[in-house]
Amino acid sequence: MKSLEELKAIKAKMQDKVALRTSSGETRIVVGMATCGIAAGARPVLNAFVEGVAEAGLGENVMVTQTGCIGICQYEPVVEVYTKDAEKVTYVKMTPERAKEVLEKHIKGGKVITEYTIGALKK
Amino acid sequence: MDELSLYVLDITMNSVRAGATEISIELTEEGEWLYFTVRDNGCGMTEEQLKKLENPFFTTRKTRKVGLGIPFLKMLAEMTGGNVKINSVHESVSADHGTVTMAKFGKNHIDFIPLGDMVETVKTLIQGSPEIDFTYRHKTEQGEVMLSCAEIREVLGEVPLNEPEILTWIGENLREQYEEL
Repeated sequence: MKSLEELKAIKAKMQDKVALRTSSGETRIVVGMATCGIAAGARPVLNAFVEGVAEAGLGENVMVTQTGCIGICQYEPVVEVYTKDAEKVTYVKMTPERAKEVLEKHIKGGKVITEYTIGALKK
Repeated sequence: MDELSLYVLDITMNSVRAGATEISIELTEEGEWLYFTVRDNGCGMTEEQLKKLENPFFTTRKTRKVGLGIPFLKMLAEMTGGNVKINSVHESVSADHGTVTMAKFGKNHIDFIPLGDMVETVKTLIQGSPEIDFTYRHKTEQGEVMLSCAEIREVLGEVPLNEPEILTWIGENLREQYEEL
């Protein structure tokens, strides 16, 4: 059973790490989680980002957060990526598979996947 | 939306946006009925807002002109022979403000949709709002599943609840409780 004792052990392991992380959030991945996002499948997309960031050990520099409706409901699930020096990138019609790809190519590799962005859709 | 757990997520997001610090989500399965209640201590709604709530063309948001959360929920509940009831006290009326949303569904009705993954819904809520004290309770005829963020916070101290390791623990804890039912 996942007991509170086990939770204490996790806490002990993490405390130092968390204290160091005040400067985190150089990169922000923001997932739209309003009715429009949820209905279009945002929950598994968010989950893919959260799990992917943890698995890749990117937690110190990458923050995954949620937001409400940003007004382009027809393109949900929408994911915005903010990096330190570049312009915001808006990915549309996301899936968990695309999320993994964005983590690999964009977040880790620094290369925007243009074909998933809103700009590509409108052309 | 094809899972009831997504409706629960959507409705609870209203409580999050209402600035609640405590939110309880309770599912109860009793015979042919499934009830869910979301209770929060957020800003609440005025009587005027409450009256307009079922109108899809009413929303307080600024980014679009329709609000479908409550109308969706009401439609699904009524399709299965159930209903939705909402009580709310606005912060201008009383210090004891907040909103309670209660929905009732007929589990055996052909239009009922599966409950789906409640564990993912709870994890998603905590991931997005680690500072809120969520309480989750799911009562079935076989037993009960329970999670209290306040209890977890007591153990964790300053470690945020949305650290990946903590979210994993929360997910596994809930899944183990479900397996034991």
